[in-house]
Amino acid sequence: MPETDQSPTLEINRDGGDGLCLVLKGVWKMKQDLPSVSEVETAVQGQSGLKRITFQCEGITGWDSGLMTFVLKCGDLGEEKQIEVSYDGLPEGGAGLMKLATAVPEKKDAARGANTRSLFYMVGSGSIHLATEAKEILTFMGEATIAFTRFLTGRARFRWRDLWVIVQQTGAEALPIVSLISFLVGLILAYVGAVQLAQFGATIYVADLVGLAMVREMGAIMTAIVMCGRTGAAFAAQLGTMKVSEEIDALQTLGISPMEFLVLPRMLALCCMLPLLVIFSDFIGILGGLVVSVTTLDITFTQYVNRTVDSIDLLNFSSGLIKSTVFGVLVAATGCLRGMQCGDSSAAVGLAATSAVVTGITCIIVADAIFAVVFNIIGI
Amino acid sequence: MSEEATAPKIHVENLTMAYGSFVVMNDLNFEINRGEVFVIMGGSGCGKSTLLKHLIGLKDPAKGEIFYDGENFTQAEDEQKLKMLQKFGVLYQGGALWSSMTLAENVGLPLGEFTSLSQKEINDIATYKLSLVGLRGFEDFYPSEISGGMRKRAGLARAMALDPEVLFFDEPSAGLDPLSSRRLDDLILELRDSLGATVVVVTHELASIFAIADKCIFLDAAKREQGAIGNPYDLRDQTENMAVRNFLRRGEEEVPAVL
Repeated sequence: MPETDQSPTLEINRDGGDGLCLVLKGVWKMKQDLPSVSEVETAVQGQSGLKRITFQCEGITGWDSGLMTFVLKCGDLGEEKQIEVSYDGLPEGGAGLMKLATAVPEKKDAARGANTRSLFYMVGSGSIHLATEAKEILTFMGEATIAFTRFLTGRARFRWRDLWVIVQQTGAEALPIVSLISFLVGLILAYVGAVQLAQFGATIYVADLVGLAMVREMGAIMTAIVMCGRTGAAFAAQLGTMKVSEEIDALQTLGISPMEFLVLPRMLALCCMLPLLVIFSDFIGILGGLVVSVTTLDITFTQYVNRTVDSIDLLNFSSGLIKSTVFGVLVAATGCLRGMQCGDSSAAVGLAATSAVVTGITCIIVADAIFAVVFNIIGI
Repeated sequence: MSEEATAPKIHVENLTMAYGSFVVMNDLNFEINRGEVFVIMGGSGCGKSTLLKHLIGLKDPAKGEIFYDGENFTQAEDEQKLKMLQKFGVLYQGGALWSSMTLAENVGLPLGEFTSLSQKEINDIATYKLSLVGLRGFEDFYPSEISGGMRKRAGLARAMALDPEVLFFDEPSAGLDPLSSRRLDDLILELRDSLGATVVVVTHELASIFAIADKCIFLDAAKREQGAIGNPYDLRDQTENMAVRNFLRRGEEEVPAVL
C-alpha cells in the first residue's frame, strides 16, 4: 500500500493572534515513529498569550490509537497550561473518540501514589500485616483444637467418606514418589558413608550409618517435605478454590463449620498417614543402602541385615515416628491455613498453594531443629 | 390476621457496613414482610452482595442490627444463630455446589446433617427437590459435568433442601441467557407462592426486577446510603430521587418500551 510510505509529520504554526495550529500529515499509526508531544510543549512554552490549540488533519491518510494518544496528551498539556484545545479539526470519528476519552474527568484520588512508597508507610503497614497474620494463625489453631476436641467427643460434623478419600490420596497414592525419594536418599547416604569409612576399613558400618540416618532423620524429614509439596499444596489449592467459588460460604450459611467439615478430615488423614509413610520410607531407604553395599562394597546381604538390626533399637525408631506425626499435623495445618486464608481471585489460589509449601517446609525444618535439641537433652 | 403473620419477617435497623475503615453503606433501615419478594438493587460495586452477606451472617455489621421474626440475629449466641441459619436457603452466584459431591449428595448434605432421616429418605427428598428445578435424572452427575444454568438450578434445589422460610438469591440471572433467566424468575415466583417463603434477591437486571419484585431497595453508591424503597413500578414513575429514576429507566426520560 502506498500510504504506509508516508511518514507522519507534525508542523506547528502560530495561527493568528492567540492560537496554535498543529498541522498533521501522513500516516499516524502506533507502529510508526510518531512525533513526540514534547515538540508541542516546547512550542507552547516558546510563545506567550496562547489561548487556543487547534488541529488541522486534512493531510492525514491513515490513523489509529497512535494519533489519539498524541491528541489526548496535547489535551492534558492544554489543561495544565489552561489553554483551550479544540478537537474539531480531527479526522472523522476522532472528535467523537476524544469526547469519550474526556467525558469522565481523571479521578485524581484513585491513583495510588507516593505515600505507599514512604518508609513509614511500609514499616507501619508491614507491622499491621504481621499482627493480623499472627492473629489469623492463632485463631486457626484455636479453631482446629476445638474441632479436634469435638471429634474426640464424637460431635464433629464431617463425612467419613471424605476422610477415606483423603486417606487414599495422602497415603497409597503417595507411595511411588516417597519410595523413589527414600531409595535414592538411602543410596546417597551409603555412597557418602562408604568413601569415608573405607579409609578406616570399616565399610561394614555403612549399614549403621544408613539405618540410623534414615530412621532418626531422613525418613521423616524427606517424606514430610515430599508430602508438603504434594499434599500441602493440594490442600491449599482445594480449599482456596472452594473459597473462590463460594463453596465455603455455602457451608457456613448451612451452619456447617468448614473447620470440621474440610480441615479436620485433612488433618486427621495426614497425621495418621505420614507416620505410616515414614515407616515405609525407612525400609526403602535401608534397602537403597543395602543395594549399594551388596553391589559395590563387598558386604553380604546377611552381614548388612544383621548390622542394621543390631544398630537400630526401638528408641531410635520411635523418635522418627514421633517427629513424623508432628510433621503430619504441620503439613496439613499449613496447607489448610493458607487455603482458608485465600483471597477471592484465581491468582490468590496460586499464591495460597505457593505459600503453603514455603510455610510448610519452614515449619518442618524448624520443628526438626527443636526436636534435635530436645532429644539431645533428654538423651534419646 | 394474627400479630405473628403481620410482623415483618426481616427487620434491618441502622445497619452500617464496612470493610475495615472503608464504609460501604451507612444507616440502612428497612423491613421485609412475610411472603414478599424483596429486591436489593444498585449499580455495580455499590454493596449489594455485601448487604446479602450481612443478612446471611457471613459478615458482621460495623454498626446496627438485623432481626428475623423479631429475634436479634446479629447479637445471637452461636447455638441460636445456628438454628436461625437453618431457616435460610441461599443460592450463590455460581451455584457454589460442592464439587466433590454429586447433585444428590449436595442436596442431601444439609438433610443428613440436620435431620435424623435415613439415607433412603434423604435420597428421595433430594430427587424430589431436583425435580422441582427440572433436574430429575441428574442425581449422580457432578457439578463439573453440567452447564452453568443447571448448576444454578441445582444450587436452588440445595437451598430449598431444608424447606427454608427465607430464600436468598445472589444475582440469579448473571451469566444466564434471557430464556433461562426468565425461567428462573418464574421459578422464584412459583416457589414463593407454593412454599410461602420470603425471597430476597440481589440483582441489577431490570427485566427481573420488574417481573418479580414486590418491593425493592436501591443502594446509592455515590452517597453511600439507601436511595429509595418501594414497588419498582411506583419508584420508576413517581420517585423524586434521580439516581433511582435513572437506574430504573436505563438513564432515559421515557419509560423504555420493553419494560
